[in-house]
Amino acid sequence: MSTVAEKRGFLAVLWDYLTTVDHKKIAILYLVSGGFFFLVGGIEAMLIRIQLAIPDNDFVSAGLYNELLTMHGTTMIFLAAMPLLFAFMNAVVPLQIGARDVAFPFLNSLGFWLFFFGGIFLNLSWFLGGAPDAGWTSYASLSLASPGHGIDFYVLGLQISGAGTLIAGINFLVTIINMRAPGMTYMRMPLFTWSTFVASALILFAFPPLTVGLFLMLFDRMFGANFFDVTMGGNTIIWEHLFWIFGHPEVYILILPAFGIFSDIISTFSKKRLFGYAAMVFATVLIGFLGFMVWAHHMFTTGLGPTANAIFAVATMAIAVPTGVKIFNWLLTMWGGSIRFTTPMLYAVAFIPSFVAGGVTGVMLASAAADYQYHDSYFVVAHFHYVIIGGVVLGLLAGTHFYWPKMFGTMLNETLGKITFWLFLIGFHGTFFIQHFLGLMGMPRRIWKFLPNQGLDLFNMISTVGAFFMALAVIVLLYNVVITQIKNVRVGNDPWGDGRTLEWAIPSPPPYYNFKQLPLVRGLDPLWIEKMEGRKEMTPAEPLGDIHMPNNSFIPFVMSLGLFIAAFGAMYQVDWRASDGADYVWSIPVLIIGMLITIGSMAVRSLKDDHGYHIHKEELMDDHDDKGGRE
Amino acid sequence: MDMNQKYTARTWPESPEKTTLEGKNKFLGFWLFLGGETVLFASLFATYLALKDKVPGNDHALAADMFELPLVFIMTMLLLTSSLTSVYAMYHMKNHNYQKMQTWLLITVFLGLAFLGFEIYEFNHYVHEFHHTFTSSAFGSAFYTLVGFHGAHVVVGLGWFTLLLVRNGKRGLNLYNAPKFFTASLYWHFIDVVWVFIFTVVYLMGMVG
Repeated sequence: MSTVAEKRGFLAVLWDYLTTVDHKKIAILYLVSGGFFFLVGGIEAMLIRIQLAIPDNDFVSAGLYNELLTMHGTTMIFLAAMPLLFAFMNAVVPLQIGARDVAFPFLNSLGFWLFFFGGIFLNLSWFLGGAPDAGWTSYASLSLASPGHGIDFYVLGLQISGAGTLIAGINFLVTIINMRAPGMTYMRMPLFTWSTFVASALILFAFPPLTVGLFLMLFDRMFGANFFDVTMGGNTIIWEHLFWIFGHPEVYILILPAFGIFSDIISTFSKKRLFGYAAMVFATVLIGFLGFMVWAHHMFTTGLGPTANAIFAVATMAIAVPTGVKIFNWLLTMWGGSIRFTTPMLYAVAFIPSFVAGGVTGVMLASAAADYQYHDSYFVVAHFHYVIIGGVVLGLLAGTHFYWPKMFGTMLNETLGKITFWLFLIGFHGTFFIQHFLGLMGMPRRIWKFLPNQGLDLFNMISTVGAFFMALAVIVLLYNVVITQIKNVRVGNDPWGDGRTLEWAIPSPPPYYNFKQLPLVRGLDPLWIEKMEGRKEMTPAEPLGDIHMPNNSFIPFVMSLGLFIAAFGAMYQVDWRASDGADYVWSIPVLIIGMLITIGSMAVRSLKDDHGYHIHKEELMDDHDDKGGRE
Repeated sequence: MDMNQKYTARTWPESPEKTTLEGKNKFLGFWLFLGGETVLFASLFATYLALKDKVPGNDHALAADMFELPLVFIMTMLLLTSSLTSVYAMYHMKNHNYQKMQTWLLITVFLGLAFLGFEIYEFNHYVHEFHHTFTSSAFGSAFYTLVGFHGAHVVVGLGWFTLLLVRNGKRGLNLYNAPKFFTASLYWHFIDVVWVFIFTVVYLMGMVG
């Protein structure tokens, strides 16, 4: 496969990626674009830290600072963390359950392109009159008063990319329910598959409230509705509820897959089956369930009253129980294991204390009475960066090193990987540990500048230095990616040598049909079972036969492009109405053309039969894959 | 499996919508999608209840001033009946009786169109008689958004049925299009269920609550 790809021209490869419905290529698309947005969000973070390095700094203006902090949060959550998780879900989950593809390959591609165009639309705001500036939560009382089109970019961009996320969530749910290989029962699924399953269920039920919230905001800002306008009978708290009914499950959508990655890494490099597997599954499901019961802990100071605050405080603290179960299971998996400290394992080991620190401050914040003190201070900033970076980002970096050989067929350099790890870990704690104290000393969150000689100078400087360590770590990682791709040392099925699950039973990268014959799964950690019985590969569950494959399609790209175009029309028709038809007379036609492109391509998809094609048995027999792991 | 294989009523499988893997995936995926849609409408209902009768001045019409049960009753009957006719259509689909399925789906579409006609009349009536518009108050925004979202779903459902009927007009039933008809009818039932809640929460509670 790869030799054929290298001979083709750049345009042919580009066309292949624009039309692909293969989950492994879509994973690469998610990884590249998620990685790009991660760098963009990272640069925004660096600018924030430079501004706050010294007191009374004039590095950026107050308005630009608001835009930076808003876009940093929005980009990192919606356009970096989630797509990067989707990259690994796409690359690994179908392989882990022994499937040839996801349930809806076409929708998989559509989900990616919607996310991509939504993200591009959101970031174009930088060049078209100013980015959103009301924080990533975009509270209505503030965002309705924001001049310009920044908030409109936020609303429309997130609406488009949110649709893509919802589609991806449904796709993974159906894939995991319907496409498991023979013998792969629910209680034999690897933890990463389980956590993807629960996170997808959270996406399914958490994203519609965001969709509704964004629609209300869109109607208020662009079509004269009055949902949040108190003078017209509106109520601005509705936005806060809808946003956090989405927003709290969202953090579990991020952290659960990271938990799954760590569970697989820890059991692989401890050479032990995961301790308390059933309890781990139960804890994952319970966290997912409780995640919907706690949204109002973001609103303790809104004034919901002591009863509501007490209920949500207790529910929030309850989440610490299943999370604690997970922490102890990870520790006990390592206990007595024969541990290899590879780069992914280093991240996993560092993750446990880092995340526990974030969890402890989480329980502190959950105490409603105490929260009145912490609210809107740097203590909160420190808390959520401890769980998001200490949990999600460490998980993503671990997953990058762990799954890189499976996705690209070559290993990342281990020495450089460990340098990245240490730089990042030191930088992360250096940046955020000290922010707990800044918060307790009274430094408010989202503040543009602080005055000298209030005891904040030194700690802010230390925090900024830490951020530079993290930036350096990312640069080393990028260097690592480039040089290992140039050297391109090919690896076999199981490059880590201790793979336990199905993805390590097939070549790296896998052939486009994944499994020549579907594997027979005989228990948890199916490949490990076969290895323990002296076999090198899985026993097939079926004779060699024709494989049905989906056709590539350009329609998902066009469908998403239509919405991208329509969004510009929807946004600028406000100016057209204000300026009485002068400069923005094109806005309504653009809106209509964009919607016609989208609806038209949906109709084409519906009207044109697409039966896919078959790979014949004879071709499969000719297709020799290089077996043999590291030998 | 050959997707275009011809079937007779005798060889037609018992659950044609779930016989192929594609059909099975579509069936489950669509049920999950409806789960998400339920949360979407739940959010809209919550917003409506929070903003019901919230108007900026005393001269604005409230729910009890505007709604008339006879009109809404007719609309409810039309939509409920259309759900029943789509059940008949699916019954004939399962028995591989293509023409009867087409007939019943066509009746469903006409009933849906009649419902839409009444809804347009209703909105028009509120705007002109009571100056109750999308932008006149928070109540107006919430009312037209909730009921309008449902109306938009009806439009999509009608477009979907029509497209399926036109596309498959001459080729009969096979295992490729049977799941498509089935999911469209699931969608139609969902729209009906949402309307039952709108009838209760918006109109009945609007008159008495």
